[in-house]
Amino acid sequence: MLKDLNIELYRKMYLIRISEEKIRELYSEDEMKTPMHMSMGSEAINVGVCQALNKDDQVFGTYRSHALYLAKTENIYNFFAEMYGKDTALLKGKGGSMHLCDPQKGFMGTSAIVASSISVAVGVAFANKIKGNGKVVAVFFGDGAVDEGVFWESMNVASLMQIPVIFVCEDNGLAVHTCAKERRGYDSITRIVEKFNCRVLESDSTDVGEIYNLVSKAVAGVRKKPEPYFMNFKYYRYLEHVGINHDFDAGYRSREEFEKWFKKDPVLLQRLKLLNNSVQEGMIRKIESETSEEIELAIRNAKNAALSGRDELYKGVFQ
Amino acid sequence: MRIITYCDALREAMTQEMERDDKVFVYGIGVPDHKAIFGSTTGLQERFGKSRCFDTPLSEDAMTGFGLGAALNGMRPIHIHIRIDFMLLAFNQIANMLSCYNYSSCGQLKVPMVIRGIIGRGWGQGFQHSKSMYSTFAHIPGVKVVLPTTAYDAKGLLISAIRDDNPVIFIEHRWLYWQKEEVPEQPYVLPFGKGNILRKGTDVTIVATSWMNVEAVFAADILMKSGVSVEIIDPRTIVPLDEDLIVASVEKTGRCIVVDNDWEFCGFSAEAAARISSRCFGKLKAPVGRIGFAHTPCPTARHLENEFYPNAKNIVREVEDMLGLKPISLEGIEFYSHEKRFKGPF
Repeated sequence: MLKDLNIELYRKMYLIRISEEKIRELYSEDEMKTPMHMSMGSEAINVGVCQALNKDDQVFGTYRSHALYLAKTENIYNFFAEMYGKDTALLKGKGGSMHLCDPQKGFMGTSAIVASSISVAVGVAFANKIKGNGKVVAVFFGDGAVDEGVFWESMNVASLMQIPVIFVCEDNGLAVHTCAKERRGYDSITRIVEKFNCRVLESDSTDVGEIYNLVSKAVAGVRKKPEPYFMNFKYYRYLEHVGINHDFDAGYRSREEFEKWFKKDPVLLQRLKLLNNSVQEGMIRKIESETSEEIELAIRNAKNAALSGRDELYKGVFQ
Repeated sequence: MRIITYCDALREAMTQEMERDDKVFVYGIGVPDHKAIFGSTTGLQERFGKSRCFDTPLSEDAMTGFGLGAALNGMRPIHIHIRIDFMLLAFNQIANMLSCYNYSSCGQLKVPMVIRGIIGRGWGQGFQHSKSMYSTFAHIPGVKVVLPTTAYDAKGLLISAIRDDNPVIFIEHRWLYWQKEEVPEQPYVLPFGKGNILRKGTDVTIVATSWMNVEAVFAADILMKSGVSVEIIDPRTIVPLDEDLIVASVEKTGRCIVVDNDWEFCGFSAEAAARISSRCFGKLKAPVGRIGFAHTPCPTARHLENEFYPNAKNIVREVEDMLGLKPISLEGIEFYSHEKRFKGPF
């Protein structure tokens, strides 16, 4: 069973990584007219947390949500169809890369104003608590969102009302190009947040299994006793703030730092773990090629679909 | 039929909807306290419990997102701000989040949320307790904006707002809380986008919002003595706007003054005047007139505040000017009755 879980975790991370690699490959065709904020580097957090959630649990993200979207929904076709603005995409191109939304699969939306979804997630979790449906809500945001006031307002009200919501801080130490030490009047987010009446955990692991185990335990606790849980996961953003390239020559961070993190790249680490746990190389390759084929097919179908109609512009402002 | 106040009508609308639908809840700063939002939420917590009527931290931003989230998950929140000025802390949630959710989810998610914002004056409210702001909200696609004037409208429109599957910003002028009229006991709805002809007339159309309808009726009574017949149109909702009703009236009278409970510049009066001018161009006997707040922050001292806010006197003079009439004597007419009724402290 553990072996199956490890394979599943790897498959999902591989799916995300290759999907983003495909975006890097195809972006210069200039057909995906949507600014890309790439997840690359954060896969273990998104996959680890989503694996610990149930299918009908709900998540929120930010403009940087490729990994979260694919981890929660595995809706590869919709992912690419939305990037291409196609009629068959759930949002018909109204959302794009920054504003994915797939509520049927528990992906409740994102915000590009980074902390804005946090309070919304608290409200969704409040409704779950009132309904007593046992669902858990997880809201993902970067450490830049912690600089915004509504994060603190939301922590306070969730702690006050003991709302079953999980705050997942994907802490890459960067807000656009501004480093943590330029922005924080404190040393540790977690040490401050733990003063609220909530539970906290933190980790700088890139081991998806480790993150999954931590979060599974936490989620089980939240289901038993509804309360907020703050999780701080450190990771390294591989690519530029927006766009598909590295930007180590921009001056605000170093290639050495990237190389230090890349040594424990979550996808490679998990692959190694499978090999060390006697999963055959051939088996891994089979998973990889099947996943890649799935992605290729999704892209082909998305490209072949028609653009959404021009009359979509005026549709859906109101119910 | 029994007669109740605008404030009672608001409370009755919420009470009846909370009884009808257990997904409706009411919250906001001070909602269950002893002042109960000028009495409009009195008794709700006792009746429906703390999970359906509750106070909040002073976190307008987060608590607006909170309501949005609850609405996305099938609840029907009513968030109340005792001054609309405080809602500006929630502007990000309104402009970037709740107004966009229906559109950006392609209708997969709906936002049945009501935000009650109270506007208006007492005396000495100063520049942070006196704004109207509804034109700013109306500027944003995806929110409906409702401004009931009468007690009857307050109940019917609030019930409609609660049952609407879209975000509704519901604006109440605090002086209107004293308005009394016949209001049915049974729940009823009034459609959005249908204005109300408060008074029929033939010489000039006054399009007035919120409290300014009270001033317009007062002005119309005075003008009647000069033989001027005023038609008063209360749009009741500015998003959606009943343009056809306004246009039909202006086509009949050939003259129009928009009397808005707000600043003029880039406000509802500007929008209304532009639309009327465009649609009634050949039938207008005079340019569309506008009356609104002085274009300044609202000062605190009473004598300055009275300069800031327009009233019936301004309307009378504007109509006379438009019709080329000599100003009649307004001696002995008391224009500040409501100002005197307000005894403070806030």
